[in-house]
Amino acid sequence: MLNKSPLWKSLLVLFVVAFGALYASPNLYGEDPAVQVSGLRGVEADAATLDNVRAQLEQDKIDFASIALEKGQVLVRFHDTESQLKGRDLLDENLGNQFSVALNLTPATPEWLADIGGTPMKLGLDLSGGVSFLMEVNMNEAIIKAKEAMVGDFRNDLRGEKIRYRSVKEGAKGINIQFRNVEDLAKAKSLLKKRYRDLLLVDNEDTLMLTASMTEQKLKETREYALQQNITIIRNRVNELGVAEPLVQRQGQKHIVIELPGVQDTARAKEILNATATIEFRMVDTEGDLANALNGRVPGSSELLYDRDGKPTLLKKRVMLTGDHIVDAGSSFDEYSRPQVNITLDSPGGSKFSNATKNNIGKPMATVFIEYKATDKLDPQGNTVFEKIEEVISVATIQARLGKSFRITGAGSQAEAHNLALLLRAGALIAPIQIVEERTVGPTLGAENVQLGFQAIMMGFGLVFIFMMIYYRAFGVVANLALGANLVLIVGVMSMIPGATLTLPGMAGIVLTVGMAVDANVLIFERIREEMRQGKSVQQAIHQGYDAAFSTILDANITTLIAALILFAVGTGPIKGFAVTLSIGIVTSMFTAVVGTRTVVNAVWGGKRLEKLSI
Amino acid sequence: MQILRLKETVNFMAFRKVAMVFSIVLMISAISLLMVKKLNFGLDFTGGTLIEVGFEEAADLTKIRQVLDSNGFEDGVVQLYGSSRDIVIRLAQREDVKAEMLGNQVLSILQQSTDKNIDMRRIEFVGASVGEELTEQGGLAMLTALICILVYVAFRFEWRFALGSVVALFHDVLLTLGLFALLGLEFDLTVLAAILAVIGYSLNDTIVVSDRIRENFRKIREGGPAEVINISLTQTLSRTFITSITTLLVLAALFFKGGALIHGFATALLFGVFVGTYSSIYVASAVALALGISKEDLIPEVIEKEGAEQEQMMP
Repeated sequence: MLNKSPLWKSLLVLFVVAFGALYASPNLYGEDPAVQVSGLRGVEADAATLDNVRAQLEQDKIDFASIALEKGQVLVRFHDTESQLKGRDLLDENLGNQFSVALNLTPATPEWLADIGGTPMKLGLDLSGGVSFLMEVNMNEAIIKAKEAMVGDFRNDLRGEKIRYRSVKEGAKGINIQFRNVEDLAKAKSLLKKRYRDLLLVDNEDTLMLTASMTEQKLKETREYALQQNITIIRNRVNELGVAEPLVQRQGQKHIVIELPGVQDTARAKEILNATATIEFRMVDTEGDLANALNGRVPGSSELLYDRDGKPTLLKKRVMLTGDHIVDAGSSFDEYSRPQVNITLDSPGGSKFSNATKNNIGKPMATVFIEYKATDKLDPQGNTVFEKIEEVISVATIQARLGKSFRITGAGSQAEAHNLALLLRAGALIAPIQIVEERTVGPTLGAENVQLGFQAIMMGFGLVFIFMMIYYRAFGVVANLALGANLVLIVGVMSMIPGATLTLPGMAGIVLTVGMAVDANVLIFERIREEMRQGKSVQQAIHQGYDAAFSTILDANITTLIAALILFAVGTGPIKGFAVTLSIGIVTSMFTAVVGTRTVVNAVWGGKRLEKLSI
Repeated sequence: MQILRLKETVNFMAFRKVAMVFSIVLMISAISLLMVKKLNFGLDFTGGTLIEVGFEEAADLTKIRQVLDSNGFEDGVVQLYGSSRDIVIRLAQREDVKAEMLGNQVLSILQQSTDKNIDMRRIEFVGASVGEELTEQGGLAMLTALICILVYVAFRFEWRFALGSVVALFHDVLLTLGLFALLGLEFDLTVLAAILAVIGYSLNDTIVVSDRIRENFRKIREGGPAEVINISLTQTLSRTFITSITTLLVLAALFFKGGALIHGFATALLFGVFVGTYSSIYVASAVALALGISKEDLIPEVIEKEGAEQEQMMP
C-alpha cells in the first residue's frame, strides 16, 4: 500500500532520535565546581593521596560532593564555588610542593550516563573563556645546534681512532674536515661513513678536504625531533595547570597549538609555558661546617641549599657546569636497577666538565635543579616577579674524570628520572619556542557568547516554527517536529564525537542548518501541492512529492556537504568550528527532514482515503 | 496559505540580457572596489594585537584615544563593539615590542588612566607570518571547494550546468566581497566562513533549479530550451521564496541577537542569500542557456527513466 512505512523504519527513526536525545542529555546537567590535585615532577596521586585529601577536607569541615581518583589525579567535586575555593586554599597549603592544586569545572553528568560514554559538548574558547597559544619552534636554531654537535662528535671520533686532521669547521655546504694527507682522508671517510649513515660525505683529494652534510632525510628528522620534543615538554607543563581538556597539538611543520579552555589566570598559564628549568653541577663544600651554616654562619664562597625532603647541603657557589651545555638527556636503569639519568654534553661543555672533574675525583658533587616560577607578585613596572627555586636532587661521589656523556643517579623513582631528563632537555631546548599568536577570551565574554548564541538559535527556531505552521498548517507542524529532532541530533552527535568542539561560528552553523533544513521540507511540501494541483489523489501526491523531491535534496545536500568537508579539512579556528556543525547538520537534517517526516506523515495520513490535505 | 500562486509561466529568460548587463556591471564595480578601496582585513589576516575590554559605564572613546596616543600607541584603532560599554582596540604589529607584551601593556595603561575596573574580555595577537599563512589557506580553501563542486555537478548533471553554477558562485562571492569593500566592514575569519556558507547556500539554490530544468527537459516535449527553463523557474519559484524567507528569518535572528562577534558573519550571509537567490535564476540558468544547453544533452537517459517511473507507479 502507498504511504505505509514498514515497522522497522518507524522504529529506526524512533531509535535514532531517542539515541540522539540520550547522548544530548549530558548537556542539561551543567558543571560542578571541582578541585583537581595532580602530582608534580613524576609523582602520581594515588589512594594514599586520596585519603589524605579526604582527611584534610573532613578535618576542616569543608563540605564536598564527591571525591575520586581519576587518571592519576584526585578530583574533588563541591556543591558551590565558595567551598571549592576554601578547599583549594586548604589543600594548596597542606599538600606541599609535590602536588599542584587547580580549580576546575567538571561535567555533572550522572554516573550511569557517563558509564555509557555520555559527555557534554566541548565548548570552544570563545564560549568557555580561556586562552589559546600558537607557538613557533625555531627550526634554524635546531639545525645549528645539531651541526655544532656534529663538529664535536667528529673531533672525538677522529681522535678516538687516532686519525690526524688539521681542522673541523662549519662551512657553507656542511662541515669541512681538513686533512694532511690522502691516507688520513680515506681512513676518516670510511670511519665516518660507517658511523653516520644519514650523512652525505664528499671528499676532495686535491684540497684534502672531507665535507659532511646532512641529507634531506636527516634534516627532516632533526626538525621533527625538535618539534616532538617541544610538544612533550609543553604537555608536561600544561598538566601542571590542571586544565580539564587541554589541547596540545602540532600544526604544520613548525607550529604547536595549545588550547586551555576555562583557564582564567592567563598570565600564569603563559608563565608556566614559558618557564625554564635547568640544572647546575656544583661541588659540595666539605670543609665548611654544616651545623654552623644552619645557624646562619655560611662561608662566603658557599651557600646552603636543601633537597626535596628538606635535608640541607652546603655547596660551593662556583658552578662547574650549567644546563646550557646539555644536548640530550634520557633515563634508564643502572646495574642495580636504580633509575638514572644519562646526560650528553656538547663539546665545550664536555671539555669544561672534564677539566673540572679531573681535580675532584673522590669528592662529592651535587646536582642542583633550578626552576624559575612565576609568583603572584608584580614589580613596580607591572611585570611578574619570578622566583628562583633551587633544589638539590642528588649528591654523588665523582668516581672518575667525567667527559661528554655521563650519568647521575639519585633521582628517586623511574618516573622522576624520566621527568628530570625531560626537564633537562627543556632547560636547554634544542630549538627555542616563541609565542606567535595568542587568543584570550575572558570568562564573562564567553558566558555572554553562549547566552547570545543560545538566544539567536531560539529566536531563529521560533520564527521558523511560526512561519512553517502558518504556511503549511498540519504539515508545518511535522516539519517543526523534524527541526526539533534535528537540533537534538546535532547536539547529540556533537557530544558523542570526541574531537568536536562547539564554537560561536559553530552555533552560527547550527542556525544556518536550521534555515537550510527547512528547505528539504519546503521542497517536498511544494512538490506535494504541485502534484495535487495536477489532480493527483492525496496519497499519490504524497508519494510523488517525496519521491521527486528526494533526488533534488540529495544533490543539493551532497554538494553542500562537499563544501563543508573541504572547509573542515583546510580550515582552522572559526572556519573549522563552522564546518563541523554544518556537516553534522546536513547529515542529520537529511535524515529528519526526509526519513523522519515521511514516517510521521505516513503514520498520520498514510493508508487512508482523504479528499483534502492540511498543507 | 500561499504566497505565490502563478497560473502563467513567467518569462524569466526574456530579461536575461538586461540581467547579464546588470550582473556584469555589478561584478566590474566589485572588482574596482576591491582594487581601489581594498578589503579591510581583520587581525586574523594582517597580524597585530586586538584587545576587547568591558567598562563599567559607557566608555569615553576620545579619552581612550588620547591615553593611547600619549603612551605611544598612535596607530591604535578604537571602536565600540556591540554596546557602549565594550570597546575593541586594534594595534598593528610592531618590531621593537614583543607581541605578547603589547596587549598586556595596553590593558594596564587603560586600567591606570581610565577605569580601574575594566574587565579584560579578549586579547588576541597574531603574528604577521601566521596571517600570511591564513590568507593563503583561505584562498586555497575557496579554490578547492569550487573545483570539487565543479567536478561533482559536472558528473551528476552536465558540464554546462556545472559551469553555470560555478560562474554563479564566483558572482556571489565577488559581490559579497565588493559589499565588504564598499562599506569598509572588517573582513575576518568569521566573514570568510560566511562567504563559504554563501557558496553553500547559493549552490543549494542552483542545484534545486538545475535539477528541475533537467527533469523538465526530459518530460516536456514541446518548446525551446528557454521555455523549459522558464517553466522550471516558475515551478520552483515559490520554493525559492519560502526557503529564502526562512533562511532570512534565521539570519535576522543572528544579526540582531547573535552579538558583535558574529555580526560580520550575519551581514555577509544576509547579503549572500539575496545574491544567491538572484544568481541561481539569472546567472546559473542564463549561463547554461547561453552555453547552448538543449534537450538532446539530457535526452538519452529520458526513455530509460520514463519507463522506470511508469513501472514504479504501477500499484
